[in-house]
Amino acid sequence: MTQTTSAMTTGAEQLPQVHEPRNEGVPLDLDVVLSARANTSAIERRCATLPGRRTVKKDYQAAWLARAISCIDLTTLAGDDTEARVRRLCAKARQPVRADLLEALGLEGLTVGAVCVYHDMIPAAVRALEGSGIPVAAVSTGFPAGLSPFHLRVAEIGESVKAGAREIDIVISRRHVLEGNWRALYDEMRAFREACGEAHVKAILATGELGTLRNVARASMVCMMAGADFIKTSTGKESVNATLPVSLVMIRAIREYQAMTGVKVGYKPAGGISKAKDALVYLALMKEELGDRWLRPDLFRFGASSLLGDIERQLEHHVSGAYSASWRHAMA
Amino acid sequence: MTIKDIFETMDYGPAPESGAEAMAWLDGKGRKFGCFIGGSHTKPGALFGTANPAAGDLLAEITQASAGQVDAAVSAARKALPGWQKLGGHGRARVLYALARALQKHSRLFAVIETLDNGKPIREARDIDVPLAARHFYYHAGMAQLMEAELPGREAIGVCGQVIPWNFPLLMLSWKIAPALAMGNTVVLKPAEYTPLTALLFAEICTEAGVPPGVVNIVTGDGAVGEMIVTHEGVDKVAFTGSTAVGRRIREATAGTGKALSLELGGKSPYIVFDDADLDSAVEGLVDAIWFNGGQVCCAGSRLLVQESVAERFHEKLKARMAKLRVGDPMDKCVDVGAIVHPVQLESITRMVEANRAGEVYRAETAMPATGSFYPPTLITGLDPADTLMQEEIFGPVLCGTTFRTPAEAVQIANNTRYGLAATLWSENINLALDIAPKLVAGVVWVNGTNMFDAAAGFGGVRESGFGREGGWEGLAAYTKPSGKAKPLARIDALGGNGATAEGLDRTAKLYVGGKQARPDGGYSRGVHGKSGALLGQVPVANRKDLRNAVEAAQSAAGWAKSTGHLRAQILYYIAENLEARSVEFAERIDAMTGKRGGQDEVAASVRRLFTYAAWADKFDGQAHGVPIRGVALAMREPVGVIGALCADEAPLLGLVSVMGAAMAMGNRAVLVASEPFPLAATDFYQVLDTSDVPAGVVNILTGAHAELAPVLASHLDVDAVWSFSSSDLSGIIERKSAGNLKRTWVNHGRARDWTGEDARAFLEAATEVKTVWIPYGE
Repeated sequence: MTQTTSAMTTGAEQLPQVHEPRNEGVPLDLDVVLSARANTSAIERRCATLPGRRTVKKDYQAAWLARAISCIDLTTLAGDDTEARVRRLCAKARQPVRADLLEALGLEGLTVGAVCVYHDMIPAAVRALEGSGIPVAAVSTGFPAGLSPFHLRVAEIGESVKAGAREIDIVISRRHVLEGNWRALYDEMRAFREACGEAHVKAILATGELGTLRNVARASMVCMMAGADFIKTSTGKESVNATLPVSLVMIRAIREYQAMTGVKVGYKPAGGISKAKDALVYLALMKEELGDRWLRPDLFRFGASSLLGDIERQLEHHVSGAYSASWRHAMA
Repeated sequence: MTIKDIFETMDYGPAPESGAEAMAWLDGKGRKFGCFIGGSHTKPGALFGTANPAAGDLLAEITQASAGQVDAAVSAARKALPGWQKLGGHGRARVLYALARALQKHSRLFAVIETLDNGKPIREARDIDVPLAARHFYYHAGMAQLMEAELPGREAIGVCGQVIPWNFPLLMLSWKIAPALAMGNTVVLKPAEYTPLTALLFAEICTEAGVPPGVVNIVTGDGAVGEMIVTHEGVDKVAFTGSTAVGRRIREATAGTGKALSLELGGKSPYIVFDDADLDSAVEGLVDAIWFNGGQVCCAGSRLLVQESVAERFHEKLKARMAKLRVGDPMDKCVDVGAIVHPVQLESITRMVEANRAGEVYRAETAMPATGSFYPPTLITGLDPADTLMQEEIFGPVLCGTTFRTPAEAVQIANNTRYGLAATLWSENINLALDIAPKLVAGVVWVNGTNMFDAAAGFGGVRESGFGREGGWEGLAAYTKPSGKAKPLARIDALGGNGATAEGLDRTAKLYVGGKQARPDGGYSRGVHGKSGALLGQVPVANRKDLRNAVEAAQSAAGWAKSTGHLRAQILYYIAENLEARSVEFAERIDAMTGKRGGQDEVAASVRRLFTYAAWADKFDGQAHGVPIRGVALAMREPVGVIGALCADEAPLLGLVSVMGAAMAMGNRAVLVASEPFPLAATDFYQVLDTSDVPAGVVNILTGAHAELAPVLASHLDVDAVWSFSSSDLSGIIERKSAGNLKRTWVNHGRARDWTGEDARAFLEAATEVKTVWIPYGE
């Protein structure tokens, strides 16, 4: 396992290329893709019992919650985003928890994993994060539906990279999955990956629109074969976003891909994770199913906007012993 | 470690459950316990200790009940019986409901005490044992409420002696007490000597919940106390969960006493993984199959059968999963595998595994506690059915594995065992899964899941895993009996001869084995005489070899079990048709043998009886139980197998036809020993069978001495059930000899049966065994 030098040397730590070789992808192997199985009831059972099997208390809980913060892609993806709004978010990314609390925890310098915005907001975010080492991620390829002309979607990636995004969250064409056109999905992902260049690519599967867990497993495998650095559940705009069962299927696919190629692909659940307790369950799921290596921001991210607020309150409770209130913490 | 350190290591850290409340409860009792008899706690007597296996520290001292205390408990139960029954279904439902609520109100105390006493992880006690126990009382509160309306003609058996094991102390208590109480029985229960504490806490909540004094009695102690209960004259029914060896002894000890008996015994349950399974989920299932409660589970999936084509990948995944198991202090909420219940059990597991030389042993580098009674999760692959560890129950966290090539071979290996408690199979192919489930010899089959339990679904085994079901409607049979009292049955002797010879041309009656008439192996016959002493004919005297041949013939007619109900109905109707065509001859024959005039009625009743079973052949349906999962639990009625029956002496045709009809209708094969004094109706009857398209071996008929054949039949290890309606006193020997393979027995204990009465359900239930198939679904 790659040891990071210090928790607080943020910046480069978040980026996969610093620690692990990138996923170059492999040729599409339909035998592997189509042999993917996902027994829904069994997967749900595993997820339902996990919170009862694993728990962290006291200092361990505080440390785990801080770890969760370090893995957050602090996100704003709204039509009314402005530069000022993005600047506020970036300030929160630099200082996610009140300084006195971080000092009490001994975790000064803690930041989130990245800031995630639309293309037009990239310059503002890059400016606001300058010197922090926190990378800017941009959603791309006609986010969230991914139905704009293909050449524009590819071009959009290039523009965003040029604008300073170091991570690109692309959306796949759900229709390729629903039509069983795995070759088309593979080729699309390949093209997106190529357009990203040095920037890292997260493939958003929009699992809430894929119909079955088996499709999730297959789409995960195809996107990894085509070179995705991360696979991500959702845009946050579907009616069902990240769930534990979907996560379990995707991270088992990551495990399968690693067994096959030796390459570690990252995982990002997005949407719907808003409670500190949920974050702990996700971390436990990663630890149990993939291992400790996936508890770092270079291989694990939360796509979340309101999660941080709940974690802050829990951390204050840990420090003070009294339950906290949201207005005691800076807004994003 | 600082928070910053933990931020790097991301360890779980300790997550201890507090034992303070439990310790306070124990302290409040002075850490010494007596028994709970007639609603009060007796003074502590001769004491033995019960310890926490994780730490070895003594938790409390428990009374070794004396014979006098067992007597007192049984008398208290007897005294409470009429009042408890008179309370009625609704009255009892209220009490059971209160018990369920009380269990919930004190749920954490129960869970913590269970974990301290037994060593199972607190998660299991808290999330599984205690909720399931409460669920059992809720469910059976409902059964009490419904008893009068839904179970007409049934009543409580009486005083139940119940002996339970140490692996699920509270849960097994609830499985035993809830149905017994619901049906109006009273109980004397003995918890295991290693784990008596939750039963003693339960005694307290009985008082709290308003259980009348004497309805529930708890006596503590070792096996000697269990034996006192089991053999006590005042006990009407014995229910036991535990080892097959002890179950066998109980079968022998209760033989001939008229005590009802249900046994839930050991297992070596197969866990089958087909190549099209969700392998990751099947690996996760194994955690619940063999590491749940440290593998100290009678239905643990302890024999892993993986299809060859995926075996290597599956074993890799399994080993990786094993590395994540956390073994340690069961009071830690993050522990997967707790302590082994007692050093004696630890020693037994260790000895068995150390004696093994076969296969490859794998253990992950799991951190193990330095002290306490612990055994590491172990996987042994590359074993073969012939290896001891593939046959013998280990009762520990040890998984034994082999591989198979085809579905048919999987079934063969799975069924290659003396046990038949549970089975698990994993496949994403519904055709394969639903084809295999019925073929597995087990009382419970889990498809794509494992160790799923619910009060609404029957649980129990076949073969040497015992008999009787717990849970569901089918579980109530173990705690009820037909209302009313049967008359004693007098022995009917054959009539003597006067030396006169038979009239007309000689007709040589033979045995009927495998669809053919067979001469007796011994070469002896005996005369059958009429009332006047005239010789009516001679019948062969079957010996043990003839019986062996008949059982073999029956076993080779296994295809009958797979025939459709529609086909079986047609054949039964056809038998009726052919019997009626010869009704005058049969009536005369019966009258000539018995010297009475009831022949005509008996033949008519026999034709009616055949119609009844023909009618039932395609209607004695199972159930789809509503269990709390997304899925169904199917209660499928399966034929018992080969039924050997000593037919009624007093109704030579109707007695035989009743047994045969029920057995055939449900897909069993039968070895029927004809009425001993009046056997000629049976030997005439095989000619009817010969003309009625009955496949060879489905029905086999022997004549001879019941007393000679009964023990051979009862001890035959390839016979699945023995019924006796003989007027000879054979109930004791049959029950005793049946202990060999723990076959089902249904004997008359010297009580008469009215053969003219239609009591089809009793016969159909005896002719079937309920298999519960759990099928979770969802995509």
